[in-house]
Amino acid sequence: MKLLNRKRTKKRSPKVANRLGMLGGGMVLFLVVMAIGAPWFAPYDPTERVGLPFQPPSAAHLLGTNDVGQDLLSELIYGARVSLTVGIVAALVALVLGTSVGVLAGYYPKRLGRFLMQGVDVILILPFLPLLIILAAYLGRSLLNTIVVIGVLIWAGPSRIIRSQVLSLRSREYVLASRTMGAPDRWAIMRHVLPRTALLATGTFVRAVSTAILLEAALSFLGLGDPLQKSWGSILFWAQSRGAFLTPAWKWWVLPPGIMIMVASLGFALVAFAMEERINPRL
Amino acid sequence: MRFDTPGREIRAVNGIDVNVGAGEVFALVGESGSGKSVSMLSVMGLVPTPPAVVTGSILFDGLELVGLGRSKMNAIRGGEIGMVFQDPMSSLNPVHRIGRQIAEVLHLHQKISRRDAMDQAGELLDKVGIPNAGGRLKDYPHEFSGGMRQRVMIAIALACGPRLLIADEPTTALDVTVQRQIVTLVQQLQADLGMAVIWITHDLGVVAEIADRVAVMYGGRIVETGNAADLYRTATHPYTSGLLHSIPRTDTIRTEWLPEIPGTPVQLVDDLLSCPFHSRCPMGDDSCVASLPTLEASGREGQFSACVHHASILDGGDLWPSLDREVTAAVEHGDELLVSIEGLKVHFPVERGGRARRKAVVLAVDGVDLELRRGRTLGIVGESGCGKSTLGRALVGLVEATDGRVLIKGEPLDTSSGPHRRTVQMIFQDPFSSMNPGMRVGDVVAEPMRVHNIGSADERSERVAKLLGQVGIPAEAATRHPHEFSGGQRQRIAIARALAANPEVIVCDEPVSALDVSVQAQIVNLLHETQLETGVSLIFIAHDLAVVRHISHEVAVMYLGQVVERAPRDDIYETPLHPYTKALLAAVPVPDPSSSIALAPPLEGDLPDPSDPPTGCRFHTRCPVAVIGLCDEIIPELRVVDTDRWVACHLVEASTDQSFLAGEGDIRGDLGLLAEQGG
Repeated sequence: MKLLNRKRTKKRSPKVANRLGMLGGGMVLFLVVMAIGAPWFAPYDPTERVGLPFQPPSAAHLLGTNDVGQDLLSELIYGARVSLTVGIVAALVALVLGTSVGVLAGYYPKRLGRFLMQGVDVILILPFLPLLIILAAYLGRSLLNTIVVIGVLIWAGPSRIIRSQVLSLRSREYVLASRTMGAPDRWAIMRHVLPRTALLATGTFVRAVSTAILLEAALSFLGLGDPLQKSWGSILFWAQSRGAFLTPAWKWWVLPPGIMIMVASLGFALVAFAMEERINPRL
Repeated sequence: MRFDTPGREIRAVNGIDVNVGAGEVFALVGESGSGKSVSMLSVMGLVPTPPAVVTGSILFDGLELVGLGRSKMNAIRGGEIGMVFQDPMSSLNPVHRIGRQIAEVLHLHQKISRRDAMDQAGELLDKVGIPNAGGRLKDYPHEFSGGMRQRVMIAIALACGPRLLIADEPTTALDVTVQRQIVTLVQQLQADLGMAVIWITHDLGVVAEIADRVAVMYGGRIVETGNAADLYRTATHPYTSGLLHSIPRTDTIRTEWLPEIPGTPVQLVDDLLSCPFHSRCPMGDDSCVASLPTLEASGREGQFSACVHHASILDGGDLWPSLDREVTAAVEHGDELLVSIEGLKVHFPVERGGRARRKAVVLAVDGVDLELRRGRTLGIVGESGCGKSTLGRALVGLVEATDGRVLIKGEPLDTSSGPHRRTVQMIFQDPFSSMNPGMRVGDVVAEPMRVHNIGSADERSERVAKLLGQVGIPAEAATRHPHEFSGGQRQRIAIARALAANPEVIVCDEPVSALDVSVQAQIVNLLHETQLETGVSLIFIAHDLAVVRHISHEVAVMYLGQVVERAPRDDIYETPLHPYTKALLAAVPVPDPSSSIALAPPLEGDLPDPSDPPTGCRFHTRCPVAVIGLCDEIIPELRVVDTDRWVACHLVEASTDQSFLAGEGDIRGDLGLLAEQGG
């Protein structure tokens, strides 16, 4: 009798997801380093006029200059700060809101849950971009407002995901067990439900960062971002208003910020994808 | 047949040899993970290769099945070999009518017209005992009860007149009364059709009733095989004998302690070099470790045992004695009334789908009165759907009572959170899902103390260590996670957790039914020991009448949300009064082939819809002795018929037959007699 031994065969999809996740992680890391090290990497102060306006790329200005003679490369590098800050903080706002609503709606599915979920449905149904624009215009142009507006609009999706997880958790026997011990709901939620949703929440958070970065770029491009902050979207706004889209200048004025927005959004999205594959392999 | 199946890194089956003759009923017995199902799935070619590797030879009527081509295998599957799985719910396609599902098998294996196939399907349904077979062909699986679905599965398996039927735990998901029906059906069909049956199960009771020959598997190997009668009378492997001695029974004298097999079942990762059972075996010594024992002739003719000591095993009673345990410091306790349940009702509103959305109310618990005294155990038994679990949950405040009340030490039960909830704690059925997988064992056990703010952190961890020791888990386990423990160990941890807050009552909801049979006795003994040491009262909810008998002082039998009979343990098992109790007891399979006395006819039908219970006595639709005009009109009340005995049946009093009260004669015979009278 001969016994055969086989190495565990790995499934293919997690492997692909892992690679993509590594790629996304690399992108995110690149951006984070760029944002933190902006004063060192940037050749000039992006708020200073350091050259003639409308210069094409040269040795002194690798990406040329804008309409007031500021260095575009420096603007691009400093822009990572705004994008990442808005992306992460807005996603945090969404995470806190989404998790609170999701956990409450999931743990008390009857009255409170139905009420909260109706609110979520309303937010999901509203035409998204117009609302974003109106809110941003109404509240005024500042970094804080941008963050709040984006955060308040993107929490609804994550809260649904969290709620469905909590719905299944609340009927797990270990949650029931804590109730039979005489523990208050607060205890069950804090000790059993929240820790078990943390992983899922992280995944949805990273995905929200990606969305928030895109939305920030959109708002800034429409001129609704903070006028004092240099972000990729605002570079595009000025490029658009100065007609750079129609001149050869698009190659150094429009394309680079566009690519950066894509890299940032895609990077976080890929990380989120890989995480979700791990967290919920049946997805 | 012979297979070696190292699946992944686990050696599921390690070289087993089995021969099943035509027309023979062969039972493969083993615990979960023993490889019994995998070996039979490989006969059907249903083991995915890779990752599994099947080597060796499986001969079916001279035809080699290992490595057989897909189309040839398909012809055998369903054609020559039929198979019935454990869960009839998931084995049937919910979106197809069952007539079509039966006809599908016929179409696959025979050239047959649609109409003929349907006719045959109707005949098959009739053959497996489904009433109004022709009319039910157009029904969907959800319109059948669990037992009826299993009949449909059998009909599908038999559709093409197979010569071999493989039944994989076919009755495990069913209630005892329905299990009895299915066992009887398979016996009849086997006799009529002359096919061979391989019956895979962990339940030695069922095996005793149905099998001609038995093979007992442990750790992917067959440790003993032989004729059923011989095996049960003189087991020649310590494992078989241990199983036979450790399972509680309804028909023998109850001993204070169950003999128990120590340890937990093995899962094989490495090559087997020594007897897999040696670490749990009372006879285990160096010679067991030195070599891997092979099957050798032992005991009677046709009996083989894979034990080096098989010659010295004469009577298992010496091997697995029911030891009197030393109970450290039995607690003195009064017998004050701890729990009293008065007219408790728990109703759940449910919405039914369909064209007309109608609202129904499931009467899960419908007017129950019970009492529990300190240091005593109240057993609650009944079929699934009888409301026993809901009753338990109402006691710990998981569900709100609709009506009636529960008094704990004279105080009405308050389901809000707070220190008053410490008194009643609960042990759940599934030790795998009742613990937060992210918490360490120490935190799991300490949770009730933290909830109720008992002691400081140091005192708590001290008490956790003490509690773990008390339930037989090493104290260093506190820093490990629950998934590192086996089912039996986890249930010990669950017991430690239930004890942590010093409760006075513990509700145990099916605490052993998710465990391996060789581990159940350990947990039952532990609960008993705990009770003696702490004076805690237990409410023991289970469907297994034998386990309930072993542990309870008093037993209540529930049917459709109501208690139909309540009596001290010995009374209820020796002289059951209510026809339902009698039927339940008669349906329990006894692990002894020789005790198969003329069996009473199995209880007909299934549990009625609990949202629309029958009028009058709820049992009258299935009762063999129901009197029309009385039982179906007047609701019988639970009333005292003897000291400490309550019965809810008109006929117990109506009958002047003293045997009813005195309870002479065999219960099975009694029921048969009653059936005649009633008919």
